[in-house]
Amino acid sequence: MAIIKGKVFVYGHDVNTDVIFPGKYTYTVTDPKEIASHSLEDEDPEFIKEVQPGDIIIAGKNFGCGSSREQAAFCFKYLGMGAIIAESYSRIYFRNCINAGLPALEIKNLLGKVKRGDTVEINTETGKVKLPDGSEVAFPPLPPEVDEIMQCGGLDEYIKAKLAGK
Amino acid sequence: MGQTFAEKIFSKMAGRPVVPGTILTIRPDFVLTHDNSSAIFSTFKKMGGKKVNDPDQILIILDHIVPANDEKAATNHKTVRQFVKDQGVKNFYDGGRGICHQVVLEEGFALPGKFIVGSDSHTTTYGVMGAFSTGIGRSESAGIWATGTIWLKVPESMKIVLKGKPKPFVSSKDVLLHIAKLIKVDGALYKSVEFSGDYIDSIEIADRIIFTNMSVEIGAKNGYIAPDKKVFDYLEKRGIKKDSYQAIYPDADAEYAETLEIDVSEINPAAATPHSVDNVKDIADIKNLKVDQVLIGTCTNGRIEDFRVAASILRGKKINKDTRLLILPASSEIYIKAMEEGLFKIFIEAGGMILNPGCGPCLGAHEGIMAPGEVTVSTANRNFKGRMGCNQSDIYLVSPAVAAATAIKGFLTVPESK
Repeated sequence: MAIIKGKVFVYGHDVNTDVIFPGKYTYTVTDPKEIASHSLEDEDPEFIKEVQPGDIIIAGKNFGCGSSREQAAFCFKYLGMGAIIAESYSRIYFRNCINAGLPALEIKNLLGKVKRGDTVEINTETGKVKLPDGSEVAFPPLPPEVDEIMQCGGLDEYIKAKLAGK
Repeated sequence: MGQTFAEKIFSKMAGRPVVPGTILTIRPDFVLTHDNSSAIFSTFKKMGGKKVNDPDQILIILDHIVPANDEKAATNHKTVRQFVKDQGVKNFYDGGRGICHQVVLEEGFALPGKFIVGSDSHTTTYGVMGAFSTGIGRSESAGIWATGTIWLKVPESMKIVLKGKPKPFVSSKDVLLHIAKLIKVDGALYKSVEFSGDYIDSIEIADRIIFTNMSVEIGAKNGYIAPDKKVFDYLEKRGIKKDSYQAIYPDADAEYAETLEIDVSEINPAAATPHSVDNVKDIADIKNLKVDQVLIGTCTNGRIEDFRVAASILRGKKINKDTRLLILPASSEIYIKAMEEGLFKIFIEAGGMILNPGCGPCLGAHEGIMAPGEVTVSTANRNFKGRMGCNQSDIYLVSPAVAAATAIKGFLTVPESK
């Protein structure tokens, strides 16, 4: 059974990729550790001091809007975060999460039900998230074609397997 | 039942009729990348890629940090130049040619009915020519280099009908900002947006571009404007004959998830205020905003038509002594034209600086980075916190006319009526 359990960081609507990973670093910072160190720099400078592997981000609508820069998704992967849960995502950001092999769940109306530091538990097999009050909310599964990429751990491994299979 | 533009072009790519929500593996006509090609190459190698699937599918245009601002950027560029040689990529444009989206238009890659993806969110721009175009990530660009294909979902469609005649000094930028204010930055999330109406018919390509370029700022997957005579003439002038492409139009009885009708005659000159594109106010309602820097240009408003408007306001005037003016042409072609028409002389004599074609200050990488507490009034497309390199500065997005008038006054203002 695949369980992702972690402490949550809660953000609002329309958190854009410039505040997640500032544009000034996009062409100069390439080391995964360094990319990770700038995560959410212009949104929440405390985040990087508090985050632990397995932690989960909970956000509102349109998470990751703006630039296509994929470091804004990969930075969380490099931190070893468990998942992102948002009401909705900007489409490129959602794709970038899948390509990074980072679970990005779509669940509405979670804001107000969780606060920073709470623990939530995601069960990827049953498709449910257990909230701090013990209640459970369901999230939709990925389409099979897309889930295949997640199962490989991200797009690079997926393509690698595809190229090797030729 | 008829099909929308998106449903039609995805059906064409799939070779069978498809409906929204269907996931398809597509072989796009082109995949565009820029300075990020160096990082994409690293991923490509990690994927086990050796030779690219199809060098002619690849477009590479260096524009984000040109010329290089440090050793790292210079090394990235060097890697890209070598990659292009080794892989036989013909469609490569080095720094100086211009911002990728303008170069793709000028070089005739963005044709009606083409299917283009690019690792830059403003790849949506080419819908102005009747192409389908959308932004993707770096890894999936590497994936296309390796396999030639990418998965995409057929989007639902939204129709935005723009009617009427605008007030003086109200440009398509003001109209787009008005749309963002109405439907917010996620108003068209995941959707294909078709812009139409007599207002769209009446304006030139340079003004139409704002809608497709900034459709990503309302969350859209792509923006589309039905190609008409203006588009065919633009291509004809560049030696591209009408029989070399096949335009795709939505059916009259297509079904839309949403339709929005807007009377543009009620719109006033506006600004997107910090730190969101949908945080839009009429300029008249923003009092006494002292401005440190004005940027006119970028892939949104860096065309010759934009500079003509700005020059008509700045001609014979001096900018405010406490304000800096940056001019950023979208391409070398526009640069030459602006020079030949004497527009640069007007800007320089007014106290402005001309930057080389490129992305420059727009994303805060170099050229025109702000200091804490400063305000920039810009014709670009994003005003997110930190966007121009400093997270304690403010960016206001406006039209070229408002930007030019603001540079003279030193305060955010609308141009005086002639």
